[in-house]
Amino acid sequence: MPSSPRSVLPKLVSGAEPDFGHLQELRTNPIGLMRRLRDECGDIGKFNLAGRDVILLTDSRANEFFFRSPEEDLDQSEAYPFMKPIFGDGVVFDTPPERRREMLHNQSLKDKFMRGHAQTISDEVDNMVAKWGDFGKIDLLDFFAELTIYTSSACLIGKKFRDNLDSRFAQLYHDLERGTDALAYVDPYAPIESFQKRDAARLELVKLVQEIMDERVQPSRGRSDSLDKASRDQSFSDPQERDMLDVLMSIKADDGSLRFSADEITGMFISMMFAGHHTTSGTAAWTLIELLRKPDFLQEVIEELEKLYGGGSPVSYQALREIPKLEAAIKEALRLHPPLILLLRVAKSDLEYNGYKIEKGDLVGASPAISNRISTSFSDPECFIPQRYLDPRADDRDNPWNWIPFGAGRHRCVGSAFAMMQLKAIFSVLLVGWHFEMAQAPESYQNDHSKMVVQLARPAEVTYERRR
Amino acid sequence: MREDGKMLRVSVDLDLCQGHGVCENEAPEVFEVPKKSKVVVLDVSPPSHQWEQVRQAAKYCPSSAIIIFEGDL
Repeated sequence: MPSSPRSVLPKLVSGAEPDFGHLQELRTNPIGLMRRLRDECGDIGKFNLAGRDVILLTDSRANEFFFRSPEEDLDQSEAYPFMKPIFGDGVVFDTPPERRREMLHNQSLKDKFMRGHAQTISDEVDNMVAKWGDFGKIDLLDFFAELTIYTSSACLIGKKFRDNLDSRFAQLYHDLERGTDALAYVDPYAPIESFQKRDAARLELVKLVQEIMDERVQPSRGRSDSLDKASRDQSFSDPQERDMLDVLMSIKADDGSLRFSADEITGMFISMMFAGHHTTSGTAAWTLIELLRKPDFLQEVIEELEKLYGGGSPVSYQALREIPKLEAAIKEALRLHPPLILLLRVAKSDLEYNGYKIEKGDLVGASPAISNRISTSFSDPECFIPQRYLDPRADDRDNPWNWIPFGAGRHRCVGSAFAMMQLKAIFSVLLVGWHFEMAQAPESYQNDHSKMVVQLARPAEVTYERRR
Repeated sequence: MREDGKMLRVSVDLDLCQGHGVCENEAPEVFEVPKKSKVVVLDVSPPSHQWEQVRQAAKYCPSSAIIIFEGDL
């Protein structure tokens, strides 16, 4: 809607500093900043990012305006400058919804591929826990970040590529995710440590991909022996199956050379895996933490799973079906700890919401971290209450514009069904086979909000013990 | 379709549909999702033996794009 002459500018939240506005607060306590904005300004207000206004919308009505707006009004492609150095040149952060629907089909996220993915994921979890003894301790960030590198590479790029990866890839990928300091809104290449590590990690990843590509062009004898051994060890995978790297390498330029360089292919793979990696990893960690904080409900989930799998039914079958209590725990972990706390767009023209003017060029945001906890939609919004999704209650469906861990509307996460299936498969394996306990105080598990990509703060350890 | 004084009608919010294809797997006689496209409703008032499938399709639609009206005539 074009702005009318009578509309006014949104109110600025308190606490702006000279020159940099609220940048420093966004880098240290983003949720505190957004919550204060809502308290002071209502469902539309603004904060300032080094001279640029960010209009923040919260609650159902404003969220619906945000999520229904077409590209011509609110554009996602320029809203995340911190992603460009991670993906590299030539990879766009976001594509128009029309193109996204095509990608959905090409990227085998479609419903009919889910069963194969569920099998792949349960195999990858088995593979990870095969390294465990009868008891021990894990860091949740390390464990789930590595696991989800394997699952997302196997499902989205192919098992053959996944079998070329080890924990080095996960560590480098973590450095990329850490390179998302909000300072990128001022200068994505500012000389700070996290940006330098980000750029070094990307170069290392290109090198790894280049090695894999060289091997495929000209397999060396010694190396292929070890690859054969690796693929025997992981008998669940079919190394002969063509993966996306084979497909990209089969495309040639006019002079017969490869159309895509290792740098470009690495960028494509990083971007394909990005949306599903830290998000799923963090949600897995928080689901486990919240269940450990609520042992009674954890026991109900374990009984639900034992009943389902008692007859020997495979995880690949059950993960696609209803597991109501486990799903409720995952949804509640997502509501309280949404992996993305601030979704952004750029206003492409002057807009108006409820009498307030949004000016062309403004950043416009919606916040899952704030809207997921609005008390008029969710009773006891700060508490982990999985029962709010158990029949007859359905707090998620009843509040489609406030229950927004996956966003909403035309940009809603296209991987949400895949993510839920993946999380169900992961916990089907982990909770049936293993007993977990917190290795630190319950309230000491926290998120680290110093980067735009939110991750679990260390330490975040739990102990495990094999169930008999 | 009218059954014993009850009715069910199906509509979709095309703003929200992303073409996942869950609905056509749940209720193939009611929904079709052509390649690279959004959902097409084949039968806006399906017979009662398909209602449960349609409810499942709405429940499991990843983008909550299916709206069902159920009521008495």
